[in-house]
Amino acid sequence: MRSLFYLVCSAFVIGLAYWAYKENYKTQVSLREVKELQQQIAQEKETIAVLNAEWAYLNRPDRLRDLVDLNFADLKLIPLLPSHFGDSEMVSYPTPDPYDINAPVSVNSDGGENGGQQP
Amino acid sequence: MTRTPLRPLARIIDARKNGQNPDQIEAAERAKRNQATQQKLRRRAEARLTMLGLVFFLGFIAIGGKMAVLAMREPAEPQMAMTDSRIYSQRADIVDRNGITLATNLITTSLYAQPQMMINPERAAKELVKIFPDLKLKTLLGQFTGKRRFVWVRKKISPEQQQNVHNIGEPGLLFGPREMRLYPNGAMAAHILGGTGFGKEDVRAAELVGVAGVEKYFDERMRDPAQLDKPLQLSIDLTAQATTRRVLEGGMKIMKAKGAAAVLMDVHTGEVVSMVSLPDFDPNERPQPLVKGDPSDSPLFNRAAQGVYELGSTFKLFTAALALDKGLMNENTMIDTKGPIKWGKFKIRDFHNYGSKLSMMDVIVKSSNIGTAHMAQTIGGKAQQKFLGQLGFFEPTSLELTESRHIKPLVPKNWSELSTMTISYGHGIAATPLHLASAYATLSNGGFQVKPTLIKSDRDNLHGERIMSDDTSKVVLRMLRNVVTRGTASFGEVKGYSVGGKTGSADKPKPSGGYYKDRVIATFAATFPTYDPKYVLVLTLDEPSIQAAGEKRRTAGWTAVPVAAELITRLAPILNMRPEVAGNGKVQYTQVKN
Repeated sequence: MRSLFYLVCSAFVIGLAYWAYKENYKTQVSLREVKELQQQIAQEKETIAVLNAEWAYLNRPDRLRDLVDLNFADLKLIPLLPSHFGDSEMVSYPTPDPYDINAPVSVNSDGGENGGQQP
Repeated sequence: MTRTPLRPLARIIDARKNGQNPDQIEAAERAKRNQATQQKLRRRAEARLTMLGLVFFLGFIAIGGKMAVLAMREPAEPQMAMTDSRIYSQRADIVDRNGITLATNLITTSLYAQPQMMINPERAAKELVKIFPDLKLKTLLGQFTGKRRFVWVRKKISPEQQQNVHNIGEPGLLFGPREMRLYPNGAMAAHILGGTGFGKEDVRAAELVGVAGVEKYFDERMRDPAQLDKPLQLSIDLTAQATTRRVLEGGMKIMKAKGAAAVLMDVHTGEVVSMVSLPDFDPNERPQPLVKGDPSDSPLFNRAAQGVYELGSTFKLFTAALALDKGLMNENTMIDTKGPIKWGKFKIRDFHNYGSKLSMMDVIVKSSNIGTAHMAQTIGGKAQQKFLGQLGFFEPTSLELTESRHIKPLVPKNWSELSTMTISYGHGIAATPLHLASAYATLSNGGFQVKPTLIKSDRDNLHGERIMSDDTSKVVLRMLRNVVTRGTASFGEVKGYSVGGKTGSADKPKPSGGYYKDRVIATFAATFPTYDPKYVLVLTLDEPSIQAAGEKRRTAGWTAVPVAAELITRLAPILNMRPEVAGNGKVQYTQVKN
């Protein structure tokens, strides 16, 4: 009975040791992975910073203005002026599509004036 | 093991035969046996003790060994605890009010040399000069062949330059990572941003230190590790700033001015939306300050926040506002404008003769010095001083720029009655355009003090103490509007924005004393729209002149006002302001709407 107890205990200890050994290596692998990921994140962040800087540099007002001047023939962009503001009254209502086949059409036997609703 | 019996039969028989006591044999045997048992137990205990000692010994060896290893090894950072992996950036970004980047960091490379590691210093020097033409061959050779063990060649180099340096193949030329500050918009907000320089330098990194502008004012906050990820948001609107700079530059050229400044401020919050001073500079390549001559000639000089100028007739409104607010006069009160006023050796004249009397409104509209001086006499010097103090003319502004922190307006030491009279129309007091802008903001916003700021605020208004009544503010706005519709600033009319403003032209003082006859500072202080003011604009031109209507014109009405009108035309739509069209049934220019 006692020796069985010893046997079980030592088997348990060996098992624990094996598990600890495994965990140790797993942790080391994870740490290495984390380190790599962090390096990667740092690199990505640096890239983002560079791209942001580049974006800001490419969108600087001086350059945009030069581009607008260069492409005036195509884009015809001019500075925003007070005369560009419109009034809501100046916008006309959309005209209904005369070829809309889904528009409801009322039909009756008269077939005449009162019948067909203009879409 | 053969067990010896306690009473061996043979010996017992022998003992009995010889008449001895057989019990003695048994006792002797028992003693022998006990001894053996004891010896066995002792051995076992000894073995256990040795074993235990060994275990302890090994345990202590293990702990001691680990301690020794830990003590000898270089400490490593705990990797798991490192949550922020942004190890590079050491200075927060600066963005405008819409989040557009104004200043950011970039990793570049620095180039240094360790001459003792060099194989062919002469060749290295020659090749370096080819890559960097501004380096001097002689100096480099001297540094490389001398006794120095370390030489900085370049603090910032581009990747192409780095490749070229690699191509030299000299082992004594080394690179280090280096963070640099980048202002992507160049000179656009130069005076506001200021610039940065390198502080403590190392091969692996260098400190970025603010040297001027907000970079210096907020240096600690910019370098605070806890706030690195939070950009500093300014009240500046980059689009408005770019437009202001563009229009001002054009205006400066047309008016042949030496310099120009403009400040656009929110009347309710004191937020500076754009501030330009020309000539300016590129903060990426900040020029050296002037060693000799007038510092205000340097492009580093911020005319809007650092330059104190006599701002002339723009001050008349303060006199009028005070007279109105004290209830001494109303806009229709007739004021004596017979001139000139003689005061000892001093004479106060008007630009034109305006007859013997004008209403208070017309004194402002026609800009009569004599009329304003009479108003000031009625008010008295004490009240005038107090009011100008409340408007902020005795203190530096609260603007977050290191340069402007100590700029106090110039006021006479001895505030005589003559000072009261001249200051009433803006002579004998010199302030920055920024001071003027914040005072005009107070006139326009219903009479509340505002503190000029460069930091974006989330609130609609940051009103301070009320220093005059709302009614006074309304009358003042009406006066300002009249100056534009029928007074000295008639070129200032911008259709739909109901601009109100006051011109000011002051002769420039000579450094030797007295005033130049042909050099003026022309200022236009405007507020728009007058029915519900949102912004004030102060525009100053330094020594403008233009040939117009057959004459050489220098006054603000001919120089600063047209530029300001163009500026408002361009700025207002950018600032999301719809033009109000009179005749639309909504607004007439004389109406005051709140």
